[in-house]
This record gives sequence, structure tokens and C-alpha cells, in this order.
Amino acid sequence: MVSGTGRTVTARAVAETVTDPELPMLTLADLGVLREVAEHDGAVTVSITPTYTGCPALDAMRDDLVHALHQAGFGNVEVRMVLRPAWSTDWISAAGRRKLAAAGIAPPGGAPRPVTGPIPLNLGPPPHPVWCPHCGSARTRLMSAFSATACRSLHRCEACQEPFEHVKEI
Amino acid sequence: MPSDNAVSSDNAYVALSEGGDDVRWAYGTGFADPLEGVDTAVPAGTDAADLTAYCLMLGDDALIMSHRLQQGCTDAPELEDEVALANIALDLLGQARLLLSRAAAAEEAANGTGGGGPAGDSDGPQRGEDFYAFFRAEHEFRNVRLAELERGDFGELIARLLVFAAWRLAVLRQLTSSRDPVLAAIAAKGVKEVTYHRDYAAQWLIRLGDGTAVSRERAQAGLTAIWPYLPELFTPHEIERRLAAAGVAADPAGLRGEFDDVLAQVLPAATLEVPDVPPRAGVAGRTGRDGVHTEAMGYLLAELQSVARADPEATW
Repeated sequence: MVSGTGRTVTARAVAETVTDPELPMLTLADLGVLREVAEHDGAVTVSITPTYTGCPALDAMRDDLVHALHQAGFGNVEVRMVLRPAWSTDWISAAGRRKLAAAGIAPPGGAPRPVTGPIPLNLGPPPHPVWCPHCGSARTRLMSAFSATACRSLHRCEACQEPFEHVKEI
Repeated sequence: MPSDNAVSSDNAYVALSEGGDDVRWAYGTGFADPLEGVDTAVPAGTDAADLTAYCLMLGDDALIMSHRLQQGCTDAPELEDEVALANIALDLLGQARLLLSRAAAAEEAANGTGGGGPAGDSDGPQRGEDFYAFFRAEHEFRNVRLAELERGDFGELIARLLVFAAWRLAVLRQLTSSRDPVLAAIAAKGVKEVTYHRDYAAQWLIRLGDGTAVSRERAQAGLTAIWPYLPELFTPHEIERRLAAAGVAADPAGLRGEFDDVLAQVLPAATLEVPDVPPRAGVAGRTGRDGVHTEAMGYLLAELQSVARADPEATW
């Protein structure tokens, strides 16, 4: 917080209100892509990490962060990329998981553990159950590992017959 | 909803109509450097020109394969698979953007100014990702020929994707411990993505091979069509060999075992046979990594580059 400029919020508090353009129920903080917000002599540096390397939402996130901070009176804003360590769905907060489920999107399970040797091939269904966000059943089926955005897969519940999306583990 | 500082990001139309000094269109303000704020210093003891060429090799593999997948994404058996192909193409395009940007930073370090470097003989002050993708000539692209081959049917695309993903996953996994921290970080993200690509292609190849007589025949024909280009994947270019010795690159020659293990799990399950076809030689031993390509490459680039070349000053 910078005093004497009429601002009543910190840059971090502003950055934390910015939502993901494709999962608007989540803030960037919920999603775990907001890595650092540093204020120094009135200048703000925000560090974010991409979810998927090709995710087109990244440019929108950057733009929304700059826009929100400008609106809040922070004139000098820089958004930096942090590539390392790579984003993992394990970084989605507990609140974020609740919001996803409430919006009908099954939250991710635990991300695959790093292996030292070659990465095993998976020729079967997902290695752990995905619960239907509508009825709570674990009797669900993977329809496609790829869906409307890079981070989601497509499933169907065999109990309530509803299709749903799932944030797949990476 | 949070305070009045919030941007109405949950409604694109409201967000567009908000005032302010930022240029806003429906999807952000355009494309920024994907390595913005990342330290791209070339590690000590690494030849910057070699690193530039190596990043172009890996970036071109992703860019050209992505283009072929994009061509298949309105032509798949199911809508879900068109979406899947588009997603995989997008992941590879993202990897290409990072790698070409990394090449640009390394080339700047190699030359000071950036103009006319070892990556090619096209002059120009702005050698960023767009320059590399849209304004290089065919012989300046360093992708393996497998990526560029003329598009076949879905069986061919799946066979090609399995071979490409199994090979690339082995390369990227090795690169996660590269002495270049930027390359290592790009690889660590890529490993997570390509793991899904490889599973997808493997599951489809089994479904096709172990499916009907027609699907099996097409899958086998697809595998046979791309098989002559497989040895090239595991033949290191001298730049790859030099950088591997310096702990920066992956030497593909050492990855054949890991690749064969994957294929040995998939092909029998798919009831497909390992094709018995000779390798497709290059020109005087020169192949994709040397900028020597197949006839398909010129047509592919003509399509890929046409819009950018029609209006070279355009930005988006």
C-alpha cells in the first residue's frame, strides 16, 4: 500500500480480484497462476505463470491485471512470466476447487507425481475416479481427454447421465 | 463480487465497454513476448549460435507438426477428436512460441544486434517468434521431415502423432535437466502436455488397429507411410551432439530405447506390425535438421506464411 495517493488497497489485493477469462468463477489467485505482486516506489511488478504453454487466456490475464491495477490508481505496472516451476493443478486453492465444483466442473485430483525414469504410458481410463459434480457419483466415464479449453477434459456421469467437464491433472 | 476495483472479466462485452487508456479488443491486446521478464542469458560455456539453432530445431518441430494437426482438426471421425487435435496443436504452438522466442534471445546474444545470424540468411532487425515463423525460407527451417509430410487420413495422422509425441516426450524429459534454465523450464511444461498427446495417439492407434478390417488397414498403411522418416529422429545433428556434450541439449541417439519400449506396448495391442521399409535418405546425408526438406514443406509454408507475407507490417 502506498500512502498519500488516495489508494486504500494494496496492489496484491487488486491483483487478487482479477478472474480467469475462461474460468471466470476463479480468480488468478485461486487458480495458482498469480505468483508474486511486488510494490516498489509506486511501481508494481506482477509475476504470473502460464497454465499451458499455448493457453491464449494468458494474454488476456496479463491485460486484465494491467487494466485492474491502472483502474485502482497504480500507473506503473509490469507483468512478468515465471516459467519455473511449471504450474500444476495442485496449486488450485481449496476455495478454487469448491468454486469449480459449484459451477459444474469437477476439480482435479492430485497431479501425477514426478518420475525419475521414462514416463509410463497410460492406455486405460484415468488413474483415479472423477466424481460427478452434479450428483456426486464416481460412476463416470472419460469421453475425451481434451475439451473446450486446454486445461479441461470431457466426462459423462453414468448415474445421472449428465455430461460434465473436469480440470485435468497436470 | 469484490470491490469496485474489479474488472468485469466475467462478461466480455462489459469489459470491452470499460473506459481507460488500454486498447482492448475481445481477447486482450494482442500477443506479448511469452518470455517477458524471464532471464534469457545464455549459460556460461554455451555457444549462443548453437543454442539459437537448437531452439529453432525444437521450435520448428512443434510449429510444423502443429500446422499439420490444425489441418486435420475439421476432418476427424468425431467432434471430440477435432477438439482434441485442436488442443494438441495449440499446446505445440505454445511450445513453438516459447522456443522461437528463446532462439531470438540467444541469437541476440550471439550477434549483439540480431541481424543476419547463423539461423538463416534473411536480414532484418526484428527476429522474434513471428519473424522465425513467417519470414524464413524453407531451407532455414530445421524441423524433422516427419512433421512436414503431406497429410494423409486419420490413421496416418494418429500414427504420425504417436511417433512424434513418443519421441518428443523422450527429448523433453531429457531437457528438463538442461544447463540452460530457460530450455529446462520450457521442457518441464512441455513434458506434462506431451504426456497427454502420447496417451491420446496410443489409445487411438490401438482402437484403429484392433478395430475393423478397414481401420486396421488404414492404421497399418499410415504407420508404413511415416516409418521411413523415423531413423532421422534419432540421428543427431552435429549441433545437437555439441550441445549435448555441453549438457544443454538432448542427444536423440540415446533415446531410441525409450521410444522403442513405448512402441512395443502399443503396436502389439493394436495388432499392427513394425513396417519393414528402408529409411528415407536425405540429400547427401542432409535432412530436416540441415534445412533439407521434402516437397511437402514448400506447400505447407506457402499456406502458413501467406497472410503475414501479404501484409508484413501488420500486427495482431
